[in-house]
Amino acid sequence: MVTGVRQVPDARSRTYEHPQVQAAWQTLDCGFATVADVFEECIYAALASFSKPQLDAYLEAARVIGKLGRGPEPLLAFLEEWPTVVAAASGDQEPLLPQVMAAIRVMQKSPNSKAITPFLQTLAAVARRLQSAEQVEVYVDIALNLMARTTGSIHGHHTTFPSPGLPHFFEQAPRLLGLLSTAGLRNWTDYGIRNYSKHPERQVDYFSLQSADSRAVLQRERHGTLFADVERKLDLYLRALWQDTEQLVPYSTAFDELRKPIPYYDRLGMRVPDVFDDVQAPGGVVGGLDRYRAVLAHMAGHRRWSSSIIADNYSPFQRMAVEFFEDCRIETLLIREYPGLRRIFLALHPLPGEADCDPETTSCLRHRLAMLSYALLDPQHPYTNPQLLDFVARFHQTLGDGVSSTREMADLALLYVARTRRQSDQLARVHFDNTVIDYRDDNRHLWQYIEDSDDEDFFDDPAKQNAKPAEVQSLPPRRYPEWDYQSQTYRPDWASVYEALHPSGNPADIDRLLEKHAALAKRLKRLLDLLKPQDKVRIRYQEEGSDLDLDIAISSLIDYKSGATPDPRINMSHRTDGRSIDVLLLLDLSESLNQKVGAGDTANGQTILELSQEAVSLLAWAIDHLGDAYAIAGFHSNTRHEVRYQHIKGFSERWDDTVKARLAAMQAGWSTRMGAALRHAGHYLEHRRADKKILLLLTDGEPADIDVTEPDHLRNDARKAVEELAARGVTSFCLSLDPKADEYVRDIFGKNWRVLDRVERLPEALPSLYLQLTR
Amino acid sequence: MSNKEQYLVRTEPFYQAQGREVILYEAAYAARLPVMLKGPTGCGKSRFVEYMAWKLGKPLITVACNEDMTASDLVGRYLLDANGTRWLDGPLTTAARMGAICYLDEIVEARQDTTVVIHPLTDHRRVLPLDKKGELIEAHPDFQLVISYNPGYQSLMKDLKQSTKQRFTAFDFDYPEAALETQIVAQESGLDAETAQKLVKIAQTARNLKGHGLDEGISTRLVVYAATLIKRGVAPQDACRMAMVRPITDDADIRATLDHAVDASFA
Ligand SMILES: Nc1ncnc2c1ncn2[C@@H]1O[C@H](COP(=O)(O)OP(=O)(O)OP(=O)(O)O)[C@@H](O)[C@H]1O
Ligand SMILES: [Mg+2]
Repeated sequence: MVTGVRQVPDARSRTYEHPQVQAAWQTLDCGFATVADVFEECIYAALASFSKPQLDAYLEAARVIGKLGRGPEPLLAFLEEWPTVVAAASGDQEPLLPQVMAAIRVMQKSPNSKAITPFLQTLAAVARRLQSAEQVEVYVDIALNLMARTTGSIHGHHTTFPSPGLPHFFEQAPRLLGLLSTAGLRNWTDYGIRNYSKHPERQVDYFSLQSADSRAVLQRERHGTLFADVERKLDLYLRALWQDTEQLVPYSTAFDELRKPIPYYDRLGMRVPDVFDDVQAPGGVVGGLDRYRAVLAHMAGHRRWSSSIIADNYSPFQRMAVEFFEDCRIETLLIREYPGLRRIFLALHPLPGEADCDPETTSCLRHRLAMLSYALLDPQHPYTNPQLLDFVARFHQTLGDGVSSTREMADLALLYVARTRRQSDQLARVHFDNTVIDYRDDNRHLWQYIEDSDDEDFFDDPAKQNAKPAEVQSLPPRRYPEWDYQSQTYRPDWASVYEALHPSGNPADIDRLLEKHAALAKRLKRLLDLLKPQDKVRIRYQEEGSDLDLDIAISSLIDYKSGATPDPRINMSHRTDGRSIDVLLLLDLSESLNQKVGAGDTANGQTILELSQEAVSLLAWAIDHLGDAYAIAGFHSNTRHEVRYQHIKGFSERWDDTVKARLAAMQAGWSTRMGAALRHAGHYLEHRRADKKILLLLTDGEPADIDVTEPDHLRNDARKAVEELAARGVTSFCLSLDPKADEYVRDIFGKNWRVLDRVERLPEALPSLYLQLTR
Repeated sequence: MSNKEQYLVRTEPFYQAQGREVILYEAAYAARLPVMLKGPTGCGKSRFVEYMAWKLGKPLITVACNEDMTASDLVGRYLLDANGTRWLDGPLTTAARMGAICYLDEIVEARQDTTVVIHPLTDHRRVLPLDKKGELIEAHPDFQLVISYNPGYQSLMKDLKQSTKQRFTAFDFDYPEAALETQIVAQESGLDAETAQKLVKIAQTARNLKGHGLDEGISTRLVVYAATLIKRGVAPQDACRMAMVRPITDDADIRATLDHAVDASFA
């Protein structure tokens, strides 16, 4: 053989034994050897599912694709994938093939012919996701639209360039459609087109799922029930049904296809997937929301009834058994509370067949336990194994009417493992199919390991000392006592409050915020008009009233005596509607207000501070409209030596640009020494002469300061401050943005508090609250 | 006096005691001390007074207070008739004269200047001045004043003055604990205890949301309503939605949560 020259025989001369294959090869009229190598196999596959006319159409299409001049790849992809595509789209090739061929022709005529190969390569996977010819049609349509809108000419040049995103789109399509409906895919694609049609590189990043916004939009468009959409429902569910207020933290499932995370809880909260699809269960569809509820109920049950036990003494098998028994105990107790849960649990619980696992070749313990687990929850289970029945009976006996304990379940589980042991349990091959119960958490809380010392990553936040230079302190401090609940005495002159005028910003910012909420303002205005004071008026000519109106009564009497018809409206009544309310709005301006609202993907980018600014502006506008006298101030603290009280609006100041400018410059930092601020605010209210004096506090957390380590101290002091104010005729009310505030706000404010679970709603909630409180 | 007859509670009202309130009330009555009943709406305050009036054999005059109520509505006013003006006693005056228990329901609803007319009746003088008429009534020895008041009310304006509060002895009422509430509901409606218990469970579920989107939980009164509907053949889930969930909230998320609790309670 001469080096450098390879003999490439024309593949057209290839012969096949099977006459039909041979005939097909001739039709194809193709010279690629790589195609010839796999051709026979492809035709066998096609023959298995295609009718004669279908086969002809298939071959004809293949012939066209082979002659596109794009090498063997597109043809190979088509020949190999097409029968799968047709099968996935329920076997009917007819509407689909012309569609696909038309698309190929369009690409071929445009500068995008390179995208034909990836298009054909992922088409089968796409069809498997979409399951219908119509859906595939929609998909092709989306792709062509993308192509049309991203293929372009560089300004001033006549050469056109191919769509940078299209090939990447095709590559990602199967994965995208695993997460999105076609409607979602269309939205996701549109976003990329709108934003990056003029930026080739960024377009590539977007369509290859590299850029952050691409992933974010994907997340937003996912099918199923998104955590972000039902978060409040879940919080309410947990609180209402299980009296649990734990934080819910979603984890991402979109980018972790291998390691499917399972729910769990730890010190930072209950972790749940960011989306749940509906599932088709034998007993009907279980919606995503109910799947979330099942997960939360299960975890809430553990938190209520499980205790942890020492893991070191158990083998992995024993641990697995303990977990199954304990999970079933928890669910039994949950079902006792709400019997309807049984339906949801059972619908989500696998029902393994008794003969699914072969104990000769496979480790079956998991399989046995999954069946047992089902049988423990469903009295109508189909199993007949005597050991299983025996343990179902023991389980119910152990529980009786009580709640039993993790300990008792562990003992029962050990007995179970011992009684049902098989040699094959040790085998490496474990039967997993149909044994995973995906609403159960990973049970990490159940085990305590003595060996490796606890993973308590003990680190204290290094006291966050904002390096803000102390600003000029305009007034000498006022000193206030602080209540020491342990000794039940006041510490005299303990906290120094510095009062200053709040720095100013641009008042137009506030006007803009008000404009943003124009619709809300309009709604509020209607309420305000109803509340607006009408001064004490005498209402005459009443048939029924509080007093006789003598003038009219006498003339009526005269009428009556002289035979005329008397006017029966001889009473009068009074309305004393005047409002006499002074309110001071006190804002917590501590560091935590800089947090963005929402978590992870749901963050809308606004900070609590910004929301407070909007809310306060609206409230100020509303109170102004009502005519009540009001003042606004903010506070934060940096140890007891420096409590800052920032004056934003005084009672005598008007709601004008000076005030708006201060509001516009609102900033957050440092801590929350609530008691001192309440006392200082109170001394302003105390001397006012209104009938009702209200101190309205807006805060996002509990009292704290960096020089106090004992958490109850400042809380008790704040409570004391509220009592002091009440004794002086000032009513305090707290609107807290901390959803977990119940316990301590109640401590401090008695019944005068409200928690706002959805911080986003603050701009609306604050004015409404005020109106409600003063109605 | 036949007038008195009409205010007597003739048949024994069903009242399920939650604690020692019956004995304590009797003691307060024996000393003729004014009584304040605090508690959320629909927890049995009115029923309790009715029961006590029956037990003590005293007439009961109930006044439902409201914002537009004036002092004259309580005390009385002049009316006009053929012979000139005629004085008509208000319910408070009637009660003071005849020796009835006068129950001012939801007193905070009334304006504060209305509320003060009860003050002279509550101290040791036990008198009621009728200013317009120039008469000073001495309360009958059997007269007693009872007021009710819902402290959960979310308006700061609707609070009683300290000077009013401090004229009363007080009872704290709340929704009874589950077993007791179940008994009440079963007894009131004739529903079986097992279903009644489920209804109570749902009510308690909603009460956990107080302060988190709900101003008040589901009251015993509403539970009795639901039970009554079920007893008349309405499907339990429908009855719960209609009598317990729909009345208390317009918030879609809360409604969904409570609807789920209803479904989860009836397997
Ligand atoms: N302890 C109880 N014994 C008997 N029935 C009760 C009891 N508690 C509540 N109920 C039932 O609840 C219903 C409502 O009670 P009631 O009218 O006394 O409430 P309330 O506390 O006066 O409410 P509101 O403040 O709204 O007037 C009663 O009609 C009765 O059916
Ligand atoms: Mg009542």
